[in-house]
Amino acid sequence: MHMADALLAPGVAGIMYACSTAAAGHSIHKLDKDKEDQLVPVMGVMGAFVFAAQMINFTIPGTGSSGHLCGGMLLTAVVGPYAAFLTMIGVLLIQCLLFADGGLMALGANVWNMAFYGCFVGALIWRAFMRKGITRKKIIAASLLGCVLTLQLGAFSVTLETLASGITELPFTAFLAVMQPIHLAIGLVEGAVTAAVLVFLQEARPSLLWQAESADSQKQPMTLRGVLGVMAVLAAVTAGLLSLFASAFPDGLEWSLQRLTGSTELEATGSVQAFFARIQSLTALLPDYNLAGSESAAGGSAAGLIGAAVVLAAVVLLGKIIKKAAHRNGSTAPRH
Amino acid sequence: MDRLHHAIKDVHRLDDLAARDTPLNRLPPLAKLVSVLVYLIFTLSFPKYALTGLLGMGLYPILLCALADLSLWDTLCRGRSVALLLAAVGLCNLFFDRAPVLDLGLVVLSGGWVSLLTLLIKGMFSFLAVYLLIATTGIEAVCTALRQLHVPRVLVTTILLTYRYIVLLLQEANRISTAYALRAPGQKGIHFRAWGSLLGQLLLRSMDRAQLVYESMLLRGYHCGSNASAPNTHARTGGVPFAAVTVVYCLVFRCIPVFELIGNLF
Repeated sequence: MHMADALLAPGVAGIMYACSTAAAGHSIHKLDKDKEDQLVPVMGVMGAFVFAAQMINFTIPGTGSSGHLCGGMLLTAVVGPYAAFLTMIGVLLIQCLLFADGGLMALGANVWNMAFYGCFVGALIWRAFMRKGITRKKIIAASLLGCVLTLQLGAFSVTLETLASGITELPFTAFLAVMQPIHLAIGLVEGAVTAAVLVFLQEARPSLLWQAESADSQKQPMTLRGVLGVMAVLAAVTAGLLSLFASAFPDGLEWSLQRLTGSTELEATGSVQAFFARIQSLTALLPDYNLAGSESAAGGSAAGLIGAAVVLAAVVLLGKIIKKAAHRNGSTAPRH
Repeated sequence: MDRLHHAIKDVHRLDDLAARDTPLNRLPPLAKLVSVLVYLIFTLSFPKYALTGLLGMGLYPILLCALADLSLWDTLCRGRSVALLLAAVGLCNLFFDRAPVLDLGLVVLSGGWVSLLTLLIKGMFSFLAVYLLIATTGIEAVCTALRQLHVPRVLVTTILLTYRYIVLLLQEANRISTAYALRAPGQKGIHFRAWGSLLGQLLLRSMDRAQLVYESMLLRGYHCGSNASAPNTHARTGGVPFAAVTVVYCLVFRCIPVFELIGNLF
């Protein structure tokens, strides 16, 4: 679900950075100051664990495919939501820098889509289930529900962010119809792997599980019924949003029929797009930038491409000259 | 477990690249980080049909690749997973956006083709910029830059510790996977009966290791207020001119159709 930089407009990326920064600030504020010194090494090592664990493939019975661990939910069940969220930020930043899994500008969105939901919504579900003690069945139910729900929310956010950035012409409902079922299957597999690890942990060392020691003594802001209520409201809001979009956009089949019959082309005129388009137009340095001799932003003539080819070739040549000169001077180490 | 092998190799390779002595490696990390962020903002701000304008942003990573003594082709090949993801998203545009927007004389490209190309180019330029940052700076120096940008210490220390333990835990995961594969030859992945115990053991060892790390850090006088980031050992100059040149370059190529003007000369 890692988003690349090119999938986001700067305005949307900035908003997602702001949201994730606010959540990170809140998490740092809520970290237990007395235990902070002790928590930081745990967070560091657990981040590395999640990183390594996600590289291991788990065979899905009856299929030829494989899945991996859901990091946010597992971390939350071990170190709590605030430490888990900060750990996931570290994991996502390193994945972005070292392995090109997600972009640097898209980091805010990726943190929101994967860490925020995984840690904070995951924590709500975990606490609601474990309020009256931890059992094997509850762990399995919480892991499955947590992973499925958080992945669904993450996939929904990816869809919204991509469409708000104006990257794809795919209608909202069609995009959603692709994203949500795929992530439902992924969520179930990740939930199963996460449940297996947490069940093992409960048997081997139950004290490591979050709230295992003082489930009754800690304040419980939300019961299972409360969580289900919140989820119902979220579902209603989501359904409302979807219906709004559905009324504005025909689905893929209808669109294809419209195209075949020569009717009007589908336009992205939803309120969300309009809102983000306004932000983008404010942040764009030259919103009306058009190349000369063209009515469209594509630059309508081949002159630009010819110029580009000439200059790029010149720069590649210049690069080779620089490298040769550097090697001749022996100023650099052998090339990697 | 090819993925684990590749991951370990990638971490070592990037460490080696960051330790070299090239003009780009010698620049201060903060200047490089800020320059990359500026470059990304400008590159991503191009509209979806602005193909020719966007191509101008390619000069920057090409030149930096040369300055960093990196092969442009090899670097581009490393971004193929990004290109695949973007192609998957952008391919839909071919079917949904068929209006002609770019006339090349012999060929007329539809909006879908132009937006797909723009998306791919944006993605590859962004990938190149971030790759150049990490290949010439290293995570530890990036963490130093983050501290200079006043990113909270607890977050930076967590990132740094995660990075330092990644290789160790990747190797441990690799050993576990290899041991499992030797006991279950011909089986793809880990059987579901072993999911919990296999990863659980790794988790328990990681927690124990975290405790040892914490105790070792305490013995060395660590507390959360202390600076765990790498000290900046090199006297690094040239950061301000580099960042200034980057900003001017981005402004020029974002605001002026340079390629269009050059192309009109022919």
